[in-house]
Amino acid sequence: MKMKENLEVIFAAIVVIGAIINLISAIGVIRLPDVYTRNHAASKGATLGILLILSSVFLFFWVEEGYMNARLLLGIIFVFMTAPVAGHLISRAAYNSGIPLWEKSGQDALKATKQKVKNK
Amino acid sequence: MALQLLLNIFLAFIWMFLGNSFTVGSLFGGYLIGLLMIFMMRRFFPQRFYLSNVIAVIKLLFIFIKELILSNIEILKIILKPKLDIRPGIFALPTELEKDWEITTLANLITLTPGTLVLEISDDRKTLYIHAMDLKNVQESIDSIKNTFEKAIKEVSRS
Repeated sequence: MKMKENLEVIFAAIVVIGAIINLISAIGVIRLPDVYTRNHAASKGATLGILLILSSVFLFFWVEEGYMNARLLLGIIFVFMTAPVAGHLISRAAYNSGIPLWEKSGQDALKATKQKVKNK
Repeated sequence: MALQLLLNIFLAFIWMFLGNSFTVGSLFGGYLIGLLMIFMMRRFFPQRFYLSNVIAVIKLLFIFIKELILSNIEILKIILKPKLDIRPGIFALPTELEKDWEITTLANLITLTPGTLVLEISDDRKTLYIHAMDLKNVQESIDSIKNTFEKAIKEVSRS
């Protein structure tokens, strides 16, 4: 019985950590300077936060009720596969529609290649 | 690889029919015995023993999870720092991978690594353009991507 309660505390801690990570990535979306850096925060932070919350919900119902919900596992896999692709597509669309980088940015290796294609 | 897997399942079914007990347990036992037989006969197959592909995929999965956690710690540190002293930028990464699924996997892995996001893949599929959160150590990050991810993906697709 004691073991089960300890496990519950651990699952609760994982949910809280996931929520905090989501919160920080939301702060990052507000705070960072341009589309691309915001995309970093949104695509990574949100992924890990959601994964932590979903997996801890899965483990909680497994330990507490003996009920294994395979849909949560599928949800974890789908989020894991689709979040980086979404981040890539959004930032690529932003670049192709000519949204500039932050002015303090360093090099831009893609610019020269694009120019070459245009001049051809 | 698919051929060996199919053969193994076939052997498991034969084992089940030989023992005349149609249970999951006997299917599993037959699978293990078939695995042993395929391992002994591995020099007759054109590809390598398929369990090494499976192990390589599992290794790749663990790299994925580890990098996801590391990248998050990195991003959280940047966001929570009171002063914003990052220097973002785009750099090019030459890649040796050829098949489409390999490049897709590499791009997904890069997107989930510390401070990098794939922006564009060149038309000849030889270069990936990556947006980095901090350009201080571009060469270092190129090397680390090459040494860990590309090697792990190559290990999966090696026949």
